[in-house]
Amino acid sequence: MAVKKKIIYRGAEAEILLSKYLNYRAIEKRRIEKKYRIKELDHKLRAIRTKEEAKLMIEARKNDVPVPIIYDVDLKNCTITMEYLQGKKLKDILNNVSEKERKKLCKMIGENIAKLHNNNIIHGDITTSNMILFNGKIHFIDFGLGELNSEIEAKGTDLHVLMEAFEATHFKHPKCFQYVLQGYQSKLKDDAKQVIKKIEEIVKRGRYR
Amino acid sequence: MICLGIEGTAHTIGVGIAEDVNEKCKVLANIIKMYQPKEGGIHPREAANHHATFIGDLIIKAIETAKIDKKDIDLIAFSKGPGLGPCLRTAATAARALSLTLNKSIVGVNHCVAHIEIGRGTTGCRDPVLLYVSGANTQTIAFAEGKYRVFGETLDIGIGNMLDKFGRTIGLEFPCGPKIEKLAEKGKKYIDLPYSIKGMDVAFSGLLTAAENIARDKKQRLEDICYSIQETAFAALTEITERAMAHTEKNEVLLGGGVACNKRLREMVKTMAKERGAKFYVPRNNLCVDNGAMIAWNGILMYQSGTKMSIKETTIDQKYRTDMVDVKWR
Repeated sequence: MAVKKKIIYRGAEAEILLSKYLNYRAIEKRRIEKKYRIKELDHKLRAIRTKEEAKLMIEARKNDVPVPIIYDVDLKNCTITMEYLQGKKLKDILNNVSEKERKKLCKMIGENIAKLHNNNIIHGDITTSNMILFNGKIHFIDFGLGELNSEIEAKGTDLHVLMEAFEATHFKHPKCFQYVLQGYQSKLKDDAKQVIKKIEEIVKRGRYR
Repeated sequence: MICLGIEGTAHTIGVGIAEDVNEKCKVLANIIKMYQPKEGGIHPREAANHHATFIGDLIIKAIETAKIDKKDIDLIAFSKGPGLGPCLRTAATAARALSLTLNKSIVGVNHCVAHIEIGRGTTGCRDPVLLYVSGANTQTIAFAEGKYRVFGETLDIGIGNMLDKFGRTIGLEFPCGPKIEKLAEKGKKYIDLPYSIKGMDVAFSGLLTAAENIARDKKQRLEDICYSIQETAFAALTEITERAMAHTEKNEVLLGGGVACNKRLREMVKTMAKERGAKFYVPRNNLCVDNGAMIAWNGILMYQSGTKMSIKETTIDQKYRTDMVDVKWR
């Protein structure tokens, strides 16, 4: 029986619908067709991202990074059914807490990223919109632009995305990214300095830097 | 208030005259002249020489077109940056000379911000995400607390630059974008090319290399390669624009910059906007490309919100980033 599911969020590339899996509260992340791009490209992007996202979330969970549990993957409809986290987006929290709390949260972010990078998991879109604070832990979501990659370049790019997100969204708290790097350094198995150097290099490649 | 604006960041020298009418921009004149290298890309010194040769005539012609007397001009504005040093200096020097001769105030304008403001001043949008696409620049920009902030941008080369470089490989003349657009219209087959998005950023160097290699192989029709370049690169641009809109929760999108003249890109961004229930805006073509009217209009906004510059302060800044401007007029 088809039940009309409620859309609770409409992102740039997917709709999030309230759903159920067995008896668990769940959400469905449905990558919707984009009419602005040609069919070949549209289907390729949606299918690859759905597959990568599911794969990387499972990898992340195995390596102790909090992510929603995946219940089901439907490649034909580019849909992932996953655990429903009744938490808050970090984007909405981070500007409204004390500096001490902010430092703690940012360090947690850095530790999470280090754990991903220790296992060569590149998230691809690390922003505070893609983090949910739930049960005292920061959960990462939206792995659709991610990949498995061991290169320092990929890890540097991954952190550079977050650095830019902080500059545009949390500009009132300029220390955030430094806190993230502290957390990152404490948990990264390789030499974090190499990655940090790479971030500086990536910044310089951009326009007017 | 009537302002004469001089644009000279890269290949174009332009003089525009704008007037504020009920807080909207009325363009009284907008004349440009574009430097076209015989081969290769822009040579900064040659471009600056070109600008120096024509700026005098352009100023006279703009005042004639606007049907005003030079005494009617209240303010002089010029492009302070970002751009090529020799070109910026030439435009700034002309602006200073004019300011001193006419004894009128002068302000230096950020070129990228001017692209947004001319859109806001002439199209009716209020608080858009701007997709700013030109030769050198590829950025998504939105306003947040006193500044235009860059949410996404190219990590390597600008979209127009990418099109020009590919165009040169296949023997087209600068500017290559419009010629690639023509070829792409006859393309039918999509050839897989690298699609590179990092968060809200894009990168084009991988796409460029792949397309150049395919072109050199001569196994594919040029039309199909151009079609595939446009479909891939513009889809990436549309996607980062949508990502910036979702992230900033804004529901207007504005196009600006020379590449915004491309019909396929317009169509894609318009479709994206429609699908998410947002409004789509694009200025007239002659206000999308580099032009003096946008500099003049932004000059008015700055001056009226209290920015005054002494001649000493009218320096240029080759690396004048969008997010360095204190936006006092919003």
